[in-house]
Amino acid sequence: MSARLEAITGRYAHIEIEGKTHRLYFEEAGQGIPLVCLHTAGSDGRQFRAVLNDPEITRHYRVIAFDMPWHGKSSPPEGWQAEDYRLTTGAYTRQIMAVAKALGLDRPVVMGCSIGGRIVLNLALEHAAELRALIGLQSAAFVERYYESAWLNHAEVHGGQACGAIAYGLMSPLSPDAHRWETVWHYMQGGPGVFTGDLFFYQVEGDIRERIGAIDTGVCPLYMLTGEYDYSASPKDTEAAAARIKGARVTIMKGLGHFPMSEHPDAFLGYLRPLLEEIRTKAG
Amino acid sequence: MIERIPELVNDDPAIVRWGRHMNETFMVEVGAQQYLLTVREGRVDPVSKGPFVMRPWRFAIRAKSECWEKFWQKVPAPGWHDLFALLRRGDVVFEGDQRILMAHLMYLKLVLAAPRRLAA
Repeated sequence: MSARLEAITGRYAHIEIEGKTHRLYFEEAGQGIPLVCLHTAGSDGRQFRAVLNDPEITRHYRVIAFDMPWHGKSSPPEGWQAEDYRLTTGAYTRQIMAVAKALGLDRPVVMGCSIGGRIVLNLALEHAAELRALIGLQSAAFVERYYESAWLNHAEVHGGQACGAIAYGLMSPLSPDAHRWETVWHYMQGGPGVFTGDLFFYQVEGDIRERIGAIDTGVCPLYMLTGEYDYSASPKDTEAAAARIKGARVTIMKGLGHFPMSEHPDAFLGYLRPLLEEIRTKAG
Repeated sequence: MIERIPELVNDDPAIVRWGRHMNETFMVEVGAQQYLLTVREGRVDPVSKGPFVMRPWRFAIRAKSECWEKFWQKVPAPGWHDLFALLRRGDVVFEGDQRILMAHLMYLKLVLAAPRRLAA
């Protein structure tokens, strides 16, 4: 039997971010409006496999999912062995804009989940004019620590297993087993301390509650989609954030959890396709 | 529900494999009722029902009985579907050596959710 090949192409790009050259891995498919996809904390771009493989989307969009430095097949920067990885709002924002610029993307749509759903709120504040639209999946303006993330990088706890167990619970019991366990696997493959380093942004440094009122959705439309089973960025958290942003469009996705694009691709695409169609037809 | 955990777990190799490195006793409280569960290489001994006098355990997981009822629904509602969902809402308390709990978290989540299979 011959192989069934997907339409996704994976490549490595050498991109300078904050004075350091990074070897980044990214996957892309399709042609048209650039759509940059941002994965969740401690995972990688494989979460967007269904979006990249959806012909209805790739007919009009060039979908790009890059693995953040330290994640997936992207390398940590030279000298990583001498530092602790810790994500911040500024570094994350500059990283996304550097990738978009280096790949020559003209006013991309940016869609991010969880930490990605948080950072799109900062992109809305700082880079709205350079972006066509923003889509926040599981967006919350802040999530207070409710468990000790130091356990995820501990000499006597298997980091991969612990990270996988954290991700497992955030999904909906209604999502298909195969996709839930695939999502868990991505988490189990993360490098030591990387999930914890991302959570520093998510649960400590990246509190954007006081600033989101200044977002101007007239410059760049903002869509917020949240799965009802997420207890990290819950529907209540998303609605609280949206209540402070004039013109933000909120959709609560029934039966989905914290990783909608990865845990239940078919259900998620049902929500995403009409929204991308709206962005495309509005974009003159 | 909780007393059925040994048969539900021990008959399911897909759960047992996640606990094959676990050899510990932990406490589960369903309201005021205490239970001790002893795990040996992923298999669970018959559950001991309290009250106990000076019995040792490594960690305890405590929640009200209404919380476990919601947790053990066949398809639990959002916010009641995972041990850490209960933690986020403040409806479960972990005590004792939490390193052991974190080291076997995947297994423990599957073990504690096993009674859902008995729900109508």
